[in-house]
Amino acid sequence: MRNISYKQISDAVYEMAVSSIYDLDDKMIRSLKSGLINEEDFLSKTVLKEIIENSDIARTNRIPICQDTGIVVCFLEVGNEVHFDFLIDDAINDGIKRAYIDERFRMSVVRHPLDRVNTRTNTPCIIHTRFVLGDRVKITICPKGAGSENLSSFKMLVPTSGIDGVKNTIIDAVKNAGGRVCPPMIVGVGIGGNFEESAILSKMALIRDLDDRADDEIARKLEVELLEEINKLNIGPMGVGGKTTAIAVKVNVGPCHIASLPVSVNFQCHASRHKEMII
Amino acid sequence: MKVSLPIANEVKKDLKAGDYIYLTGTMYTARDAAHKRLIELILNNEKLPLDLNNVCIYYTGPTPTVNGRIGSIGPTTAYRMDGFMKHLKMINCTIGKGPRSEEIIDLAKNNQILYLMAIGGIGAKLSLCVKSMDVIAFEDLGAEAIFKLEVVDFPVIVAYDIYGNSVFK
Repeated sequence: MRNISYKQISDAVYEMAVSSIYDLDDKMIRSLKSGLINEEDFLSKTVLKEIIENSDIARTNRIPICQDTGIVVCFLEVGNEVHFDFLIDDAINDGIKRAYIDERFRMSVVRHPLDRVNTRTNTPCIIHTRFVLGDRVKITICPKGAGSENLSSFKMLVPTSGIDGVKNTIIDAVKNAGGRVCPPMIVGVGIGGNFEESAILSKMALIRDLDDRADDEIARKLEVELLEEINKLNIGPMGVGGKTTAIAVKVNVGPCHIASLPVSVNFQCHASRHKEMII
Repeated sequence: MKVSLPIANEVKKDLKAGDYIYLTGTMYTARDAAHKRLIELILNNEKLPLDLNNVCIYYTGPTPTVNGRIGSIGPTTAYRMDGFMKHLKMINCTIGKGPRSEEIIDLAKNNQILYLMAIGGIGAKLSLCVKSMDVIAFEDLGAEAIFKLEVVDFPVIVAYDIYGNSVFK
């Protein structure tokens, strides 16, 4: 058994939260720059230029990339040989609370969906935990803004809908979201599982490395085809038209019931903020 | 093109959907929670914390000011405020992001309430255009309070113009 301390977890989460809020992923910046080369119209070019310039200003001056510093989603992979003498969720929430208070990020979490009282700590985080073999803990944190999250969609298709049915569902979700999700976006898709599992698959798709490809052959093909189709929709940066609607489409699949074909689509705006650390 | 706030009717005639303009003057922040409270006050004929006549409303919930430096202050998604607009026909213009309902296109056309779009996710850059920021109402709402902003050369795209045109594809 390997002991991991509360402080190790809390400090790791703190550090990841702070850097993700100020430093846009270099791969995202690179993708935005290649989008800029592709665009032809004044407005779509201007939007991309401003987004790229904003990432420089945020990094240099330590101003949050976006004022929506998000509700924090956290994925944990806990090795079976790790021991904690505390509740790991407490250590994660502690790291987020300290980071958001110290850095004066926006507190965007309310304690109850209907009384809407702000917790003023930006916690609790939304934490998904699974167990793996080994003596390590992998923590991924993702401060997720609501502009893109609000346009997410879920649809239960009939199993005979097949690939075309799935593709149409995803394209419809993108059309409906349009300029409201702050494109250029990343489209996270979860196919399979059940009601809640498909949503988690779509969220996990969003935190994959921007350059990776799905392991599953059918998912990989869908990623390529969907990206091409989405970028032909002429939604463009911030919805003003253009070729750079999506930076990537990530498809995660999972086993499901013989009668079900769940499809979830979760969106991530260009301010894609996530970090991971292995302790 | 540089434009002063509030935008004069003569100037609105020159603005077309898709124009990239730079705003200078006063704007007031308000988003979901502040709208809900303002509309309740209006419906109950109670005194408002600010005169809404001819004001520019900016849909944003900024990060806090740090050591005098304005926080990140980009636009939030505008369609969430659409349902409130029928009570706000006295204002000058709104700033947010993303497409809105037909009703807002009609308000631009029939009531000259322009809808301007600031680029979403560039709150760090936009903070440099804000020269002062003072809370004037609903301070308990934190980032959702109403702040009075003085801005210089604040960049926006004309999203819905007074001719019924939209920038969105």
